[in-house]
Amino acid sequence: MVEAQNKPKLKEHRINRAWCKGCGICVAFCPKNVLELDETDKAVAARPEDCIACKLCELRCPDLAIDIITE
Amino acid sequence: MAVKDFIRERFFPHIWCAGCGHGIVLNSLLRAVESLGMSKNEIVMVSGIGCSSRISGYLDFHTLHTIHGRALAFATGVKLSRPELNLIVPMGDGDALAIGGNHFIHAARRNIDITAIVMNNRIYGMTGGQFSPLSGCGIMATTAPYATVDQGFDVVELSRAAGATFVARSTTYHVQQLTKLLREAILHEGFSVVEVLTQCPTYFGRRNKQGGAVEMMNWFKDHTTPVGSKAKAENPDLIERGIFVQKDLPEYCKAYDQVIERAQKGK
Repeated sequence: MVEAQNKPKLKEHRINRAWCKGCGICVAFCPKNVLELDETDKAVAARPEDCIACKLCELRCPDLAIDIITE
Repeated sequence: MAVKDFIRERFFPHIWCAGCGHGIVLNSLLRAVESLGMSKNEIVMVSGIGCSSRISGYLDFHTLHTIHGRALAFATGVKLSRPELNLIVPMGDGDALAIGGNHFIHAARRNIDITAIVMNNRIYGMTGGQFSPLSGCGIMATTAPYATVDQGFDVVELSRAAGATFVARSTTYHVQQLTKLLREAILHEGFSVVEVLTQCPTYFGRRNKQGGAVEMMNWFKDHTTPVGSKAKAENPDLIERGIFVQKDLPEYCKAYDQVIERAQKGK
């Protein structure tokens, strides 16, 4: 319970659509399968409720297009 | 400071291709600098020519975009005149070890306090996919339509032999390790080399049928192992990542200061 309180909780995926080039790295390496590419090949958080805010997408994004905002 | 405060946002989105590993190196470097709590004015980034060298334009440090292979020579000049600044020199594999091969080994030999980052995608991307001294044997490239016969350098062994006092390697898949290694390399007093295996999906990946960025990063995951692991003993083909050299030897600018001191005493 104490541990759960210490974990960062997701507020939002801030995805810069102008910078995203749709390489799919964030989609492929998300451990919880949260992200998808939409019909215009831009990353979107399709299942944000599954996000554990590990920020691996943010760290691996070659275009600095993802910010994981936590509470 | 937030990570975005270290970049020149007006130049984004950057010119690198979709999935290019250089952007991940940029990302990791930003986080390393942020974690060190350094100010933008304490850092000088010097780069040469190539896809990788475009990185200096995107970062809001003191930046010099210089000539092909000579980034370390420029950086040596900056460091000697302003030793209090932190020098970071990102280079491509060709820039660092073909065109700039001599500058590289001599900067390492002098142990001048510079952080060299070799962004190794095993190809000359900007000029259209020619093979580089790190391509290795059996690689398809624009200039090797029947595959290369050249052996590649091992950056770690080369740097160690040339006298670098900090040598590490990681990949764009292992971003957390990469950030940590870049951080340690910047903190190290002396010549530090961080080799980063990075993907060029456009030229290297496509020609060598390695797939796109995701497949190439999975290749890094499957073909690398921590230094000294049991897996390496069982499969010598695995590429090791981690810190290979970390030792204290006299730093060049400090040694030079002593020369100045001796000379000014006169006889």
